[in-house]
Amino acid sequence: MELFATAMPALNDAFAMILQPHVIGFLILGVVMGLCIGVFPGLGGIAGLSLLLPFMFGMEPVTGLALMIGMVAVVPTSDTFASVLMGIPGSSASQATVLDGFPMAKKGLAARALSAAFASSLFGGLVGAAFLTVFILAARPIVLLFQTPELLMITIFGLSMVGILAGRIALKGLVAACLGILVGTIGEGASSGALRMSTYDMPYLVDGLKLVIVGLGIFAIPEIVALLRRDKAISDRAPLGGGWLTGVKDWWANKWLSVRCSLIGVVVGVIPGLGGSVVDWIAYGHTVQTAKDKSKFGSGDVRGVIGPESSNNAKEGGGLVPTLLFGIPGSGSMAIFISAVALLGTGSIEVGPSMLKNNLDFTYAIVWLLALANVVGTIICIAASGGIAKLTEIRFALLAPFLFMIIAFAAFQSRQEIWDLVALFGIGLLGIMMRRFDWSRPAFLIGFVLSAPAERYTNQAYQIAASRFRRGFEEGIDYIFSPIVIVLIIITLLSVVIGLRQAKNIQAEGDVAAGSKRAPLIFLLAVSGYIAFTYWNAAIIPDFARMDRVFPVFVATLGLIGCALLLVQMIRANETNAIFADRESVSEDENVHGLWATLAWFAGLLILSALVGFILALAVFLLLFIRIRAGKGWGFAALYTAAGIAFICAMAWTLNRDFPPGLLQSVVELPWPLT
Amino acid sequence: MLKKTLGALALTSALVATQSFAEGHQIDLSGKTVEWIIPFSETGGSAKWANFYAPLLSEALPGNPTVVVTFNPGAGSTKGANAFQEMSYEDGTTIFGSSGSTQFPYLLNDPRVRYEYGDWNVVLASGTGGVAYLPTDLHAQLGDGGDASGIAGEDFIYGSQGATRLDLVPLLAWEMLGLQVEPVFGIEGRGDGRLMFERGEANIDYQTSSSFLSGVTPLVEAGTAAPWFSFGALDAEGNIVRDPTFPDMPTFKEICEATPACATEGEQWDAWKAFFIAGFPAQKMVFLPAGAPDNAIATFTEAFAAIQERPDFAEISKKRLGVYPQLTGAAAQTALESATDVPQAAKDFVINWLSDRYGVVLQ
Repeated sequence: MELFATAMPALNDAFAMILQPHVIGFLILGVVMGLCIGVFPGLGGIAGLSLLLPFMFGMEPVTGLALMIGMVAVVPTSDTFASVLMGIPGSSASQATVLDGFPMAKKGLAARALSAAFASSLFGGLVGAAFLTVFILAARPIVLLFQTPELLMITIFGLSMVGILAGRIALKGLVAACLGILVGTIGEGASSGALRMSTYDMPYLVDGLKLVIVGLGIFAIPEIVALLRRDKAISDRAPLGGGWLTGVKDWWANKWLSVRCSLIGVVVGVIPGLGGSVVDWIAYGHTVQTAKDKSKFGSGDVRGVIGPESSNNAKEGGGLVPTLLFGIPGSGSMAIFISAVALLGTGSIEVGPSMLKNNLDFTYAIVWLLALANVVGTIICIAASGGIAKLTEIRFALLAPFLFMIIAFAAFQSRQEIWDLVALFGIGLLGIMMRRFDWSRPAFLIGFVLSAPAERYTNQAYQIAASRFRRGFEEGIDYIFSPIVIVLIIITLLSVVIGLRQAKNIQAEGDVAAGSKRAPLIFLLAVSGYIAFTYWNAAIIPDFARMDRVFPVFVATLGLIGCALLLVQMIRANETNAIFADRESVSEDENVHGLWATLAWFAGLLILSALVGFILALAVFLLLFIRIRAGKGWGFAALYTAAGIAFICAMAWTLNRDFPPGLLQSVVELPWPLT
Repeated sequence: MLKKTLGALALTSALVATQSFAEGHQIDLSGKTVEWIIPFSETGGSAKWANFYAPLLSEALPGNPTVVVTFNPGAGSTKGANAFQEMSYEDGTTIFGSSGSTQFPYLLNDPRVRYEYGDWNVVLASGTGGVAYLPTDLHAQLGDGGDASGIAGEDFIYGSQGATRLDLVPLLAWEMLGLQVEPVFGIEGRGDGRLMFERGEANIDYQTSSSFLSGVTPLVEAGTAAPWFSFGALDAEGNIVRDPTFPDMPTFKEICEATPACATEGEQWDAWKAFFIAGFPAQKMVFLPAGAPDNAIATFTEAFAAIQERPDFAEISKKRLGVYPQLTGAAAQTALESATDVPQAAKDFVINWLSDRYGVVLQ
């Protein structure tokens, strides 16, 4: 009751603040800007907020908040476009959407998938806000219950989703996840700073690979290359009727799923330290586990879109709790948000522990501005989805160079070095091979995303537990096996058992025929070789830095056992066994172009960028690609190139970004954008 | 509202501009964009500091250039600093913001360091302080004047970002007081360290002044945390005195004097003091690249000085930066020298200590 008495007046004040015409106006402005930035994969909220930062100084607090929240809130909504239409995960929030969204687009159901996704996003955002309004008052002690062992268990629970997404051969999925984890450990160890799979001579690797690059490489590049080889439109048939209204009906039919996934989103989002990177996978896993007919997941089941999309906007709301109550940002964009809030007005709003006591009205204003931004953003997105979905009917050869331009630009934002493009190409190649031999790419990505938290929490929990045990056995046991941990262990075990039993039915990437023995065997040996090398590389880390050695050695051992078992199976099985899945063996007739010829185009772009810088290389690439590969006239090609270059320059100029320089730029000084 | 603010900004900046031009020999930056390079990510303390100053700097510089903060993170800020070392002065549109985490690898001969502070031109040095705090029950076990002997047997856990970072200063301080502190590494920011303390997993922590004010003060009010000591501040003669932001709090020096196990002389103390001076009183500095002419240095120096003369500076900076000297001109130069000119004995002591205690080998 007392809770109610404090909450109601503050809630009232909050609505009075929000519902002013100029506040709504700034909110819409923010939403539109956010949508424009969000549709481009890899840019996300950080770029957008940095853009707004200079205007925040001394701005009226509510107005500034409206502008910023409008922008942040809709990024996970609008990056759905890239996930569904192109199979490109725009951010960590929309990784799982790709699994069913993109197959739907290929079937001509793009508009339906989009509107189902947007309806779910909207609903998720609203459920999140409603939940937070009550929960935020009681959140602090609950959040503090999540100590390191609990965080570790949630990470492991996230990793257990690999079980569901492992594909037909569970072992392959397991090895793929191990490989993802190992790729995630590249660079300086978090604990003692030991180097893993890198040297100071190659500074790029010391900081490890960024999610943008791995996500784009593992999902986007293989899909783009595959589509390009078929040389048709993304959608392989004429769009089916119904369009966006069907999507909304789909959402309504699954509203309880949407409620559950929204709650998953907001609850996991509340826990600081995970940054919400597991939310959409957990939601997807939950969706699959609770569905009766599982046969269509991975090949275009609309529930596979509704689940993750309901969770990812709710997560943004949940993510506000650690940000506002503890002053600890859950993500990069939240970090900028915190520093921007301090610039507002007279600087009287202080994000952190005193927020609830001193600024409860502002806290509520933030929560409900977020919800309102979701409503506005969704309406705009649904209105636009029919039109934007038509992109899937364009001949892909005309779309691909543009996509490559965007992806390369996005990847370059990771570290602003030419090595970003090299890493993108390398991971892309791995993605292509994994797709070809039917190794679970989602499993790889889950492994990569959760690698750092898994290692960090393992080491920290171990260290703290050791200290507790020194104090007393009972204290140690109480620390490790808290009630929350025990519940999480049970959920994880159930999820793994159910998942493995069902994994065979869920072909996350469609059916793949088996072919000859040789190529799949070579790929397995290559993977084993890399894992073995990682094992050796980690094993030589000296004793004083052993905390950086244990985790990669453990995972590599697991991976090597998996590889050995696969090898035995391969030797025993005959050629038609699913273990020898190889897309190249059957799809010959469908592909107009060869794999290597298609890849050579992008290798060319990369090499040329290294020589003459990105913009000059891009001009040559666009011109030649449209002329030769797409078979258009020189005039059309020139026009296309000019439009493409103008577009990318306008974007980089607005966001105040540079392009990768090449050798040429180190010799001659050139004006922007050629620098 | 936005319009009004912008109008006000334009007006004040016009005033400042005329003022500066009157003094002559300034470079004009009108229509240009000043790029302020921060070698950390958008999320750290240096980003906050630069974001605070950027709009003010834009107003204060002649010609009111746009000031944008750009981020070039990597390898604990050595990557961005190495890149800045490669740059040479062009037209005054590039400045660099360093931090204690840039200074320490430089002092410890980190193999990745390819930059030289002596080549750069300092135009601002911002100080800060730090406060160590304990859970209330442990704080109650302290002896007279904060004597640490009472808690010497305790098993301490501390969430640390790494022994070679700024954490070196508190870790060495606690060791001097005879505490058994086990650092748990892999913490991503001091905020995460505080959260670990709040969850009861860590039972000793420190925060820089501004984070202490916003993050720990509520815990102190709630009775779960108690401040123990501040690291202190430097007076004009280079003595450690009480931190002006926390005048009621004893300094580490006072605590050390009260604790029999701790000595305020000898090589350990000298090393601690040297690294404290390198890390806190001149923690964040702004540089122009090598080869900057005097008029460019003067322009930026005057701009930063003008910012501090704003009537509202004390008010707006208090929460964001704490009450610390924001040094320009000769004072900044002195601060830079004391921060980067650490006696070889102190360096050797710390390098040995890091390798003995934490197994950190800096080739």
